[in-house]
Amino acid sequence: MRILFLLLMLASPAMAVQPSEMLDDPALEARAREISKGLRCLVCRNENIDDSNADLAADIRILLRQRLVAGDTDEQVIQYMVDRYGEFVLLKPTYSASNMILWLTGPILLLLGGGMAYAFVRRKNPAPADGLSEAEKQKLDKLLNS
Amino acid sequence: MIAELGHYALVVALIVALIQAVIPMIGAQKGWSDWMNVAASASIIQFLLVSIAFGALTYAFVVSDFSVRLVALNSHSAKPMLYKVSGVWGNHEGSMLLWNLILALFGAMVALSGRNLPPVLKARVLSIQAMISVAFLGFLLFTSNPFLRLPLDQVPIDGNGLNPMLQDPGLAFHPPFLYLGYVGLSMAFSFAIAALIEGRVDAAWARWVRPWTLAAWIFLTIGIALGSWWAYYELGWGGWWFWDPVENASFMPWLSATALLHSAIVVEKRDTLKAWTVLLAIVAFSFSLIGTFIVRSGVITSVHAFANDPARGVFILAILGITIGGGLTLYTFRASQLRSNSVFSMVSRESGLVLNNLLLAVAAAVVFVGTIWPLVSEFVMGEKVSVGAPFFEQAFTPFMVALIMVLPIGAMMPWKRARLGRTMRPLWGVLALSVALGALVWSLQTGGRMLAPVGITLATWIVLGALADLGSRAKLFKASAGETLRRLTNLPRAEWGKMLGHLGLGLTVFGISAVTAWQVEDIRTAQFNQPYDVGGYQVELMDVTRHEGPNYSALTGRAVVSRGDEVMTLFPEKRVYTAKQMPTTEAAIDMGLTRDVYVVLGDQQDNGGWAVRTYIKPFADWIWIGALVMALGGVISLTDRRYRVAAASKKRAPVNATPAE
Repeated sequence: MRILFLLLMLASPAMAVQPSEMLDDPALEARAREISKGLRCLVCRNENIDDSNADLAADIRILLRQRLVAGDTDEQVIQYMVDRYGEFVLLKPTYSASNMILWLTGPILLLLGGGMAYAFVRRKNPAPADGLSEAEKQKLDKLLNS
Repeated sequence: MIAELGHYALVVALIVALIQAVIPMIGAQKGWSDWMNVAASASIIQFLLVSIAFGALTYAFVVSDFSVRLVALNSHSAKPMLYKVSGVWGNHEGSMLLWNLILALFGAMVALSGRNLPPVLKARVLSIQAMISVAFLGFLLFTSNPFLRLPLDQVPIDGNGLNPMLQDPGLAFHPPFLYLGYVGLSMAFSFAIAALIEGRVDAAWARWVRPWTLAAWIFLTIGIALGSWWAYYELGWGGWWFWDPVENASFMPWLSATALLHSAIVVEKRDTLKAWTVLLAIVAFSFSLIGTFIVRSGVITSVHAFANDPARGVFILAILGITIGGGLTLYTFRASQLRSNSVFSMVSRESGLVLNNLLLAVAAAVVFVGTIWPLVSEFVMGEKVSVGAPFFEQAFTPFMVALIMVLPIGAMMPWKRARLGRTMRPLWGVLALSVALGALVWSLQTGGRMLAPVGITLATWIVLGALADLGSRAKLFKASAGETLRRLTNLPRAEWGKMLGHLGLGLTVFGISAVTAWQVEDIRTAQFNQPYDVGGYQVELMDVTRHEGPNYSALTGRAVVSRGDEVMTLFPEKRVYTAKQMPTTEAAIDMGLTRDVYVVLGDQQDNGGWAVRTYIKPFADWIWIGALVMALGGVISLTDRRYRVAAASKKRAPVNATPAE
């Protein structure tokens, strides 16, 4: 049991941002948190560094705050991270040509689908107005004339 | 013995499914009724056999038979009974067995309840259902056999234990609900393929498909809500949706099933949009399969995917390819036969529902592309990219906002031809009120973020719009109170279902907007007996003590939170589970309709204090209340007269039905 309690003392999965990491300046800290939400914890599965408990995430959080304290703008900090870790670190892919399909899927499908839907609604009635086929008409005539 | 019996039952089930897939299809083609009749009895036998297999595996888990490999790997004798049972599907093999059980269950339900189905259609539907069964029973037996025994000398004294994160009542029932939803959509798929083979879709077809889709949708809604709620209280920072691939895997079928529910109404009432509805049915089930593939193959690593085996991935990919490819190929050849016979004006309920379908389908496509993009980018362009929450928030949300804006208007339009002015008449007041409320929120808040005002406006617009729809149907304020009451009681249940479905969406939007915009967070090192203030609440950490649970050890904090006369004591915990030595966090949450107080205990700090996170989450619970109201709307809609009429005619059927089935 002792060992278990030792483990309890050491590891805690949900303590993402530690109190000791936080900056004293609330405005700067708020900016750090906002940027953190867009950066991926590289060793985690789809988690941002703000939520992550991994050591690497903590390192990046501290690094990020150091850059902010040094006077970087938000864009500079993000660029710094991309230079260091690659685009993989961004949870929101860039609007670059290689990600064009990703970003344009929605708008293009909306236009295409919208056009098709418009054409469908505006189409001429496909069936004859009374909805009877030639054979049915003959049958009806026969019935009416008999 | 019992495990072998289960294994044997699975093998026989596979053979029965093969017979059920082939014989009735030939019978339907040739018009041989005794061949077609095989379908119903085969599906019931198949269900019984898979039930035996499932029962056998459950037995092995309940008695902790560690000679069965799966039990040894995933269970533990000290586990509470609930988690021994839920452990059956808390792993890959068992969850696929559950998949098969539900698949067979739906088949048997069609066999038993579908007496009023034309025999040819029924035979084809059950045959296609059996083809899916063959694929998944084969998958289970050949790549994921749950009944494998360990060699005698390797049988452990105790099991490995279930992942502690999964030892939770919310998550115990999350997979069954999701699977009921996923697999329920297989019915819509089978009906769609059968209709393509017959080349005929009519109002009756839509009336048969809709209850199954509705049932699947209800289960999906509840399943997703359970999963989201679990993430909220278990993962420890109160997030409720992460746009994780596994979550998206359940969200895509939900979006397409929602679209399908709406378009099936048009087929039923107006005899148009047939080809599109059939396509949606194929797409909805395809998304279910893709979801299964994503979760079961571990191809896209994510927070919850705990299966990882390429052989399995390839097998599911093959099932995926054959099902989707086959379905879509058949569709291209046959869709042109599905003529739509009625026309409608640009401004009409039909057009409104077309717009609904367009927006939902595009939204589903965005989620799909976002989910698979990291894979595509890496394999095609060799670039590793991440697609996370910020992408979906930007690329997905606009379509939902557009959908919400048109929803109340479309919902009140008459069929065929509507006049916008007339439809809007009862809605102007609602619109004005919603905008006014949004403006009020905007003027009260200090920050410049538009999320809260816009979110509140949209939520109010749908909620009041749904009520206005009901009100105008009941001639509220236009007729006497008695007349209104009479109209309300005579309203078809489907109308109530529609109202609740839309209302629930509004409540969920409200919860999401409120908690996202107004959440207060506090992270600090707390010292004992030194109170501090978080969002108007006073928080005081009293002590941290050790205690022992049945299969874990814990450190429990005691925090007193108060505001005015309101005082509550919360016990946030950190646990280590004995079997897996895995630490987890149990947040302490005081739930309330206006706010949740959410306290998480962290590590002890160097100065002797404890890291504590405190959140005040306004109206958070409305996210799930809204989902439940949506599901309730589905249930009420399912009991609508026109489905019960179908059920009643079933009771008369035995007169000319064949005796003894």
